[in-house]
Amino acid sequence: MERSDGRKNDELRPVKMKVGILKHADGSAMVSIGKTIAVAAAYGPRELNPRHMQESDRAILQCNYTMAPFSTNERVRPGPSRRSVEISKVTREALEPALFLKDFPRTTIDVYIVILQANAGTRTAGINAASLALADAGIQMRDLVTSIAAGKVNGHCALDLTGEEEEVTECDLPIAYMPRENKFTLMQMDGHITKDDMKHVIKLAVKGCETLYEHQKKALLEKWSKEGFE
Amino acid sequence: MNFQKKYIMSHISKGMRLDGRKIDEHRKIHIEINPIEQAEGSAKVKIGDTVVIVGVKMGVGEPFPDRLNEGVLMVNTEFSPLASPEFELGPPREKAIELARIVDRGIRESKCIDNEKLCITEGEKVWMVMIDVQPISHDGNLIDAAGIAAIAALMSARMPKFDGNKVVYEKTDQKLPMTHDMPVPVTCAIMEGKLLVDPDLEEEEAMEGRLTITTTADGKICAVQKGSVGSFAMETIEEAIELSIKKGKEIRELIKKSL
Repeated sequence: MERSDGRKNDELRPVKMKVGILKHADGSAMVSIGKTIAVAAAYGPRELNPRHMQESDRAILQCNYTMAPFSTNERVRPGPSRRSVEISKVTREALEPALFLKDFPRTTIDVYIVILQANAGTRTAGINAASLALADAGIQMRDLVTSIAAGKVNGHCALDLTGEEEEVTECDLPIAYMPRENKFTLMQMDGHITKDDMKHVIKLAVKGCETLYEHQKKALLEKWSKEGFE
Repeated sequence: MNFQKKYIMSHISKGMRLDGRKIDEHRKIHIEINPIEQAEGSAKVKIGDTVVIVGVKMGVGEPFPDRLNEGVLMVNTEFSPLASPEFELGPPREKAIELARIVDRGIRESKCIDNEKLCITEGEKVWMVMIDVQPISHDGNLIDAAGIAAIAALMSARMPKFDGNKVVYEKTDQKLPMTHDMPVPVTCAIMEGKLLVDPDLEEEEAMEGRLTITTTADGKICAVQKGSVGSFAMETIEEAIELSIKKGKEIRELIKKSL
């Protein structure tokens, strides 16, 4: 099948990743996939206030997903929306399995994601960036969390839909995945497909994650091998 | 006098700053035009390690009752904790609101946008120009970075189409009705009566006062804001005016070059 931008069904849009882009964050990263651009900063483990939020046996992870007002065609009104609150929650739950929160009782690890430009796949770009920011902050992790969506367009299963494809999709299924552990940490779907197609779409997404995993490792090495911490 | 300020001042008395700059010297300014394709216009401005992105979005709305034949201008800022560990989530607080209002005043009072040309049907439909400032990294002097990025984004913006009912977000060749009177803010930190152009974060933390003066190409002043808790004398203000006009001119050239 010919896709509108000439890609193969199992091909990602052009990917760019950069680590350590912000001076004052403990860890930071920029990820762009096609026209979607996400920036993430990680802080911590650091003291958590108010104290009643502290957990005596572990750290808590707090994630916030925000779209810049100029990131879409229609301006996004600043402030939380139902959508951004849900995405913040599933992002936190996608990242948490990779962390060793029990090592840092009574503290918080904070992740802030800003979407600078949106053209489908903003939550997945955000998770990729957040995972890199956590690693860049030197927070120990079981594995990097990688994330991408796959779906079904014009009757064909396809990886990493664009905004234009998303408008006519029969199914959109974002996942987050830890490649070394072979485990899923985010799974959502909206659409209408058979179970066989669903399995196929998941497999496509996993393949996409494996490619993104290589990009992530490369981005981390680019910064850290230079600084002599390889 | 706290230690940090003492240290900075001991250098200033020898005519230099901690990062080796002269007292009337900006950090390196880098302007990137249209990093956000989806916005009508955008600019990313780096001043040293301070990074700000400004996006211009346009919509159609009703005019204000006292300005029935003019477009509507809005400047908004949110300080994301991404940019600095000092920033917290939530609605904009006083620093963010002050910044947006300084940028707003510079653009509004310089009349760099011909607002009457943004009128579609008098009293009913006008173009709304929404300028959103997104600090990415705060290492001091967000005001100048935001002001420079805002004017650069406006200069680079292209109008979307309006089909009578709704806005069609397609890129056209039509620029915003801009005059070339680019307002440029220049901020100085004030320490012991000395003016430090473009304070970085360390200097901002130690400064007594701050003075932002926005000037236009014809050397006129279109917005002023004193900030922080210090006080200063008339000579300091006069000196700051001269500096702002001189430095504003250099920055205006830089913006023109990047467009």
